[in-house]
Amino acid sequence: MGPTSVPPLVSKVARSSERFRQNVVANTEAISRLEGALSDSRQGGGERYNLRHIERGKLLPRERVERLLDRDGHFLEIAPLAGFGIGDGVKVGAGLVGGVGLVSGVECLITCSESTVKGGSMNEYSVIKSRRLGEISAQNGLPAIHLVESGGADLPNQSKIFVPGGQAFRDITRASKARIPSICLVFGSSTAGGAYVPGMSDYTVMVDQAARVFLAGPPLVKMATNEEADEESLGGAAMHSRKSGVSDYLARDELDALRLGREIVAQLGYQKAGPSPASFVEDPLYDVDDLLGIVSPDPRTPFDVLEVIARLVDGSRFHAFKPEYGPTLVTGWATIHGYAVGILANQGVLFSEAAQKGAQFIALCNQKNVPLLFLQNITGFMVGTAYEQGGIIKHGAKLINAVSNSTVPAITVMMGASFGAGNYGMCGRAYGPRFLFSWPSHRIAVMGGEQLAGVLEIVKREAAAKSGAPVDELELEMMKTLLTRQIEKESSPYFATARLWDDGIIDPRQTRDIIGISLSAAHSAPVEGTMAFGVFRH
Amino acid sequence: MNGLFDRVLIANRGEIACRIARTCREMGLHSIAVYSDADADAPHVRAADEAVRIGEAAPSASYLNIEAVLDAARRTHAQAIHPGYGFLSENAAFARAVTEAGLVFIGPRAETIEAMGSKTAARRLMQRAGVPIVPGFDGGLASDEAFAEAAVTIGFPVLIKASAGGGGKGMAIVRQPADLPAALAQARRLARAAFGDDALLLERYVEAPRHVEVQIFGDTHGQVVHLFERECSVQRRFQKVIEESPSPAAQLTPELRDALCQAGVRAAQAMAYVGAGTCEFLLDQDGSFYFLEVNTRLQVEHPVTECVTGLDLVRLQLLVAMGASIGDLVGVPSSRGSAIECRLYAEDPDLDFLPVTGEVLVFEVPVGPGLRVDAGIASGSVVGIDYDPLLAKIIAFADTRAEALLRMRGALRRLRIVGLKTNLDFLRAVVGTDAFAAGQTHTHFIAEHFPCSPRRLPRADADLADALTVAAVFAARLRRDINPHLPALRSGFRNSRFRPQRVVFTFEGALHQVDYVDEGQGLFEVRVDGAAASKVQVRDDGPELRCVIDRRSRAYSVHGSETEVTVFTPALSYVLGLVPDFPPPVDAEVPGACVAPMPGRVVLVHVTVGETVVTGTPLLTLEAMKMEHTLTASSAGVVTAVHVESGQRVDAGALLALVSAEVAR
Repeated sequence: MGPTSVPPLVSKVARSSERFRQNVVANTEAISRLEGALSDSRQGGGERYNLRHIERGKLLPRERVERLLDRDGHFLEIAPLAGFGIGDGVKVGAGLVGGVGLVSGVECLITCSESTVKGGSMNEYSVIKSRRLGEISAQNGLPAIHLVESGGADLPNQSKIFVPGGQAFRDITRASKARIPSICLVFGSSTAGGAYVPGMSDYTVMVDQAARVFLAGPPLVKMATNEEADEESLGGAAMHSRKSGVSDYLARDELDALRLGREIVAQLGYQKAGPSPASFVEDPLYDVDDLLGIVSPDPRTPFDVLEVIARLVDGSRFHAFKPEYGPTLVTGWATIHGYAVGILANQGVLFSEAAQKGAQFIALCNQKNVPLLFLQNITGFMVGTAYEQGGIIKHGAKLINAVSNSTVPAITVMMGASFGAGNYGMCGRAYGPRFLFSWPSHRIAVMGGEQLAGVLEIVKREAAAKSGAPVDELELEMMKTLLTRQIEKESSPYFATARLWDDGIIDPRQTRDIIGISLSAAHSAPVEGTMAFGVFRH
Repeated sequence: MNGLFDRVLIANRGEIACRIARTCREMGLHSIAVYSDADADAPHVRAADEAVRIGEAAPSASYLNIEAVLDAARRTHAQAIHPGYGFLSENAAFARAVTEAGLVFIGPRAETIEAMGSKTAARRLMQRAGVPIVPGFDGGLASDEAFAEAAVTIGFPVLIKASAGGGGKGMAIVRQPADLPAALAQARRLARAAFGDDALLLERYVEAPRHVEVQIFGDTHGQVVHLFERECSVQRRFQKVIEESPSPAAQLTPELRDALCQAGVRAAQAMAYVGAGTCEFLLDQDGSFYFLEVNTRLQVEHPVTECVTGLDLVRLQLLVAMGASIGDLVGVPSSRGSAIECRLYAEDPDLDFLPVTGEVLVFEVPVGPGLRVDAGIASGSVVGIDYDPLLAKIIAFADTRAEALLRMRGALRRLRIVGLKTNLDFLRAVVGTDAFAAGQTHTHFIAEHFPCSPRRLPRADADLADALTVAAVFAARLRRDINPHLPALRSGFRNSRFRPQRVVFTFEGALHQVDYVDEGQGLFEVRVDGAAASKVQVRDDGPELRCVIDRRSRAYSVHGSETEVTVFTPALSYVLGLVPDFPPPVDAEVPGACVAPMPGRVVLVHVTVGETVVTGTPLLTLEAMKMEHTLTASSAGVVTAVHVESGQRVDAGALLALVSAEVAR
């Protein structure tokens, strides 16, 4: 599709309307809350531990990442709020910094221990986040760079991480087999199980006088064999570079290690497998800031998704597919940052026609190797006798079949509601989108809190009626209030992002750029659709 | 006219070859350029109708190679040869060989060149013609003792010159008898290298004089006219930097001016001069003037005469060579208005005007009424070690000197040259002084007003901050534009920003950190050296980058490479070195190493391996761009290695010798 062959969408946003202004106020507040949480996540172990780290002549973990990246290159941080509000000693960010960034001109997946937080030790959420980062590297064919300085497992919580934690090492070598290189730069401790990160990586660099890589440190060695060993000869960088061969490069200092890491990436000669973007990229015609006035912070209040699309796609040019049929699901093609994309966006409840159209559209995108972008704002599939009799289940199943078996990259943005089977049909987490981001206005659950409480009330009343027992109105009211509150809390985007149900909450105004970065990253791997789907029930 | 010709070979290069080709074209003549291997793609090759390769880069193998030039003329059926200035222009043997080959030499007769080539003969001739001369001694090949004796008679300070020389090569001032022997030795060596003749002469050295010269023109019918004077007092290393006509000297009354010009005519008549020539004089503060020498060629600074007289001197040269009468050509010459010329050199004013080499990445000249630029380079030209570092001449002309000066200042502000160090900012500074504006020039003008580095205008901190801001923003946008993955993504995108984007520049030995955030749509927030943040809006709606910095919109010319960013603000130019993100992998500096500071040729090796040296002991003498540089030991010790021998060519940065601090056993 030529970039100018499609006319731009015409925006009808009334910036002076009361609702627009209220939305701006509420969304601005939500974004400042987000920035507050992100700011916390950037503090690492806090001033005291950061200072101590710097006094040791070390770079702060995030500074390591900054210096590893190309000057002026991008970095899309993944799951910066992992572990948010979990408590139990889990810091925001889960002790890891990770994301997709440009290193020596190559898009890489970077993971860096937050060594100012409990010495970079791993907890349950660190393990989940690290597995997700490994998955992004593997699915998108991004070379992985690990910046390691970690005390290993958070021992008091070892039971939560020991068993699943092993997958990280398996993932590294399987990526290696798939010709996705892994590079490990060791800045400090990387011991016991952690020693297998440098051990499994394709290229390992260790910082002289700082790296400590051994299966067992001096105290454990003393316990086990009564040998008196010093750290440097047990697991120092010089020893591993000259004797054991666990290290491939001996770095003079941290900067030297980062320089070597960049050189290693440069010499990979890494070529992206997907097509290049268009060389000429138009900005959207409309101001991205309008999104804050368009999108309602309340997921129950609908908004026109075409106004959103007009602010995400190149030149605001959108070729709608089947616009007159099943209009509650908008489908069509556009380019974002020069990458072709097929968009599926909710414009209301999913009806049978919309679900069928979605399935057809996904098949077409697969036929022509075009990635998918899901813009979710879905309260679910339509319910009721007429719809059940009309086969809403089998039509929804077609959509889920298509989403599940599609092989082109998919990116999902959860803008508002994500309830029920709508989450599945619109490529929720369980359907393996390459990247999945949420807006602050996003809510996720099997259904809305009030709805859920209302359903439970009806069930309880029916049960009471059957048994003839009286209904304790007070208790029922309390139960409803508590349940509504619990569901509200659990459907908050912060609850979700803390548990890695998404790859991060984003400022809606950055959505276009983040989708662009995600699409570009996805193009590191081949972009190939399939014509093979499960059996469709007709 | 009897000797019409229409095929002219230009035995030169650079701006003068381009300038001669231009007039040839205007007159309908077919021009033929010659070029060395270094100049195959040079502008002068493109300026001519055809071009012939005449040899390797070294001048002796090409532009000074008489046989090669004549051979080129024969092969292209040239009928006349224009020698330009420098190279073979004042070589009598060449003039004779041209004539003997049946071609027209565009210049004076060989005998005239010969006579004027010997400074002593010239002085004697002038003395007889009643032209005042500076007291002096024509020592030629005399002994040091004879020179010493003569120096005492003349009176110190004295000036040593090569008898065969010109252009200041081999000249030296000696202020006391003790310095004479060493100066004579060096002058002989340079004279021999430059002219193949080590005859020298001595002259009284006049303190703070003005250098004023008279343009003369003779024809084959015995007529001689003058085309007024030029003042060329602003000089460095005895070479002219700024010239003008008329001279702004206050002591030059109309009567004295006429006397000077008539002296020039007398001098020319005394030798039945044919073609363009210049009589150089020293003008003392009391109004007395002394004959210096006759340059038997077109001068570098001839354009200022062309501007005030409205004549094309090259055209006159060609027509006179065809036999035309100079009187018919010029009528009664008159001088109107004022013209100033600045010479743009590839040199470092802060390193004693040492020539530099490099590639001209960008060269953009100002255009407008009353402006002329004669250039021998273009964007992409390579300035090597083999030839004169003159790049271009900027000439401003107006009804009054004050207006011409304003035009010159504006032109120098708008000129863009990137890629190698030049004297541009220095020229801006010189024409910006009150003394220059007042016309108070003399041959020590530079030494008096710019005695030490940095030789440029004082800088405003705010201007440097703007330059750093623009450089950072430019570099960020450049890197964004070449990102093949996301060409439209704002630079330094973060969804959670740990710190601003950052770049560190070096400028004049200091580090400057610029922190910035690309906010998209050309908007940046920039903080220079921790100062308050500025909002910068970039608008590239023209050939230059327009930046609105704190609501002030100015146009900047910015040019970047991997290692530096050059910014021209409306006031000055800045070459900002990009500090690499990482220190180099190995320590590059070796203690005690003697490294070539520039590309050149080793003339002499003063030491041998095993020799003990102290700090300052000369190790080697390097010749680069016609000048000798003696490299000395930076520390005491023993010479442990000499990696070169005399005659060898070396690149900048080449390790030449090594001095070890350890004492020899």
